[in-house]
Amino acid sequence: MAVASIAILTLLTAAVLFGPLIWRMPINEIDFTARLSPPSWEHPFGTDDLGQDLLARMLYGGRISLAVGFAAMAVAIIVGVLIGAISGISRGSVDAALMWITDLFLALPQLPLLLLVIYLFRDFLKNWVGAEGGVFILIVLVIGAFRWMPVARLVRAQFLSLREKEFVEAARALGATTPRLVIRHILPNSLGPVIVAGTIDVAAAIIAESTLSFLGLGFPPDIPTWGRLLFDAKDYLDIAPHWALFAGAAIFLTVLTINFIGDGLRDALDPRRVM
Amino acid sequence: MSEPLLKVAKLTKEFPLKGGLFGGHTASVHAVDGVDFHVDRGETLGLVGESGCGKSTTGRCVLRLIEPSSGEIHFDGKDVRSLKADDLRILRRDIQIIFQDPYASLNPRMNVGAIVGEALIIHQLTKTKQQFEERVVDLLETVGLRADHMGRYPNEFSGGQRQRIGIARALAVEPKLIICDEPVSALDVSIQAQVINLLEDLQEKFGLAYLFIAHDLAVVEHISKRIAVMYLGRIVEMASAHELYASPRHPYTEALLSAVPIPDPKVKRQRVRLSGEVPNPISPPTGCHFHTRCPIAQFPLCKSEAPPLKQSADGHWVACHFR
Repeated sequence: MAVASIAILTLLTAAVLFGPLIWRMPINEIDFTARLSPPSWEHPFGTDDLGQDLLARMLYGGRISLAVGFAAMAVAIIVGVLIGAISGISRGSVDAALMWITDLFLALPQLPLLLLVIYLFRDFLKNWVGAEGGVFILIVLVIGAFRWMPVARLVRAQFLSLREKEFVEAARALGATTPRLVIRHILPNSLGPVIVAGTIDVAAAIIAESTLSFLGLGFPPDIPTWGRLLFDAKDYLDIAPHWALFAGAAIFLTVLTINFIGDGLRDALDPRRVM
Repeated sequence: MSEPLLKVAKLTKEFPLKGGLFGGHTASVHAVDGVDFHVDRGETLGLVGESGCGKSTTGRCVLRLIEPSSGEIHFDGKDVRSLKADDLRILRRDIQIIFQDPYASLNPRMNVGAIVGEALIIHQLTKTKQQFEERVVDLLETVGLRADHMGRYPNEFSGGQRQRIGIARALAVEPKLIICDEPVSALDVSIQAQVINLLEDLQEKFGLAYLFIAHDLAVVEHISKRIAVMYLGRIVEMASAHELYASPRHPYTEALLSAVPIPDPKVKRQRVRLSGEVPNPISPPTGCHFHTRCPIAQFPLCKSEAPPLKQSADGHWVACHFR
């Protein structure tokens, strides 16, 4: 299952990376004569309400969607593991303070704050690294910043239970330092659930990005991310289902394969697996 | 007589209980309550008692895996309680521990070579990779495992083999004292014998001292030179193994020994039955901790005054007002 998933995901990634080199149809060529046309040889995925080729838009948008998904997951996991680990190993006031911060972030109304942050910092980043790159960094950071809390709690819970295990005590009795305990003994045993949470985060990040695009605060509307395509398509579901279908299927396939890969990874990393 | 290897005096450990609306300190569990004992070089001191009487806590306090509340621990002339982190690490080359549960005490994500060799890396005991591997193989063979077990993971081994891995890990630093925290309680009887024999062989070979914690009196009698009996955080009796079994003095020891099964159905004997449960260690009974269940208790003396552990015969220590 995981192997098949890796194959499919690799295919998807390769398609979005190299697809635009092969399928040279421009993403923004407007052709009203081919408006909302169903899949054909000329437009394998059909066209949208402006007659723009959907395959080209999908391939282009996939780059952004996948990149945002993975980058945001990486941010969420890194921040989450770091905070969870520090919290779980230190106990006492540090733990309490970090958990307050985590709870605070969980309690924040995310969408209004997202809007505010993006509104405030977009121009600054735009001047700094350019329009597209600026929005990318901003979106990744913002999505990551709002998704690390479950990971942190997960890691902390794992740490709290693992640190009392006898093998950790044994390592302590051997004279292992705290960093060594964490890196060699506790962290490797706590990553199983984190990997699964991470795969779910990729999916959530892709969807979160599309929400932002929909609200006009993500990438500019002329950049066709997968989420953007879906939202554009929703008004035409009854007359042009192919429009939403391919973008939806792409998100679905990505999320599903990443989940399976996560499962497979967890099993592969676990030496207790049944051979 | 030379100085004992390990000397523990008035060792106390209280675990604070937090509770209530504001998470304040409400009470404490008196796990270990003023324990005195010593272990000589190369000898085995057995430490027996029921579950929850503080045996394991005592063992962990000696290694400072649990920080004692008060008391003194001297090991090989060093004051263990005042050691700083770096010195504590050095101390842990001299004292090691073997755990009860061979399934929980080995990191499932490390292979046997890494588990056994971890101490070699921590203390930088081997310089080259080749030396490291030779030493690990040497250790594995010492405990009756094979060199090709090195690359395998703990889940591929049986309980007895896992316990051997745990022993090899403890031996890696060439300790002088090993705290055996119920090392055979989780094993089958036939495997227990193998592991006990292995421990005895190792003791002879390396001159190890053991603090052997157990609740199985037959096992303890077999391996120990001297035995200390604990009840609710205190040592109630301490004597040589032979002496303790032949003529127990404390009523609790008598009751414990009378519960040991004798593998002969024809033998009839007087059982000393204790009524009631072990009292709650959060609020242990006043005076002698055992007075609530003691068949020979006399009031109000036993209720008001804790009997000190005193020598009643040569090397036979008892904490009872009447024995």
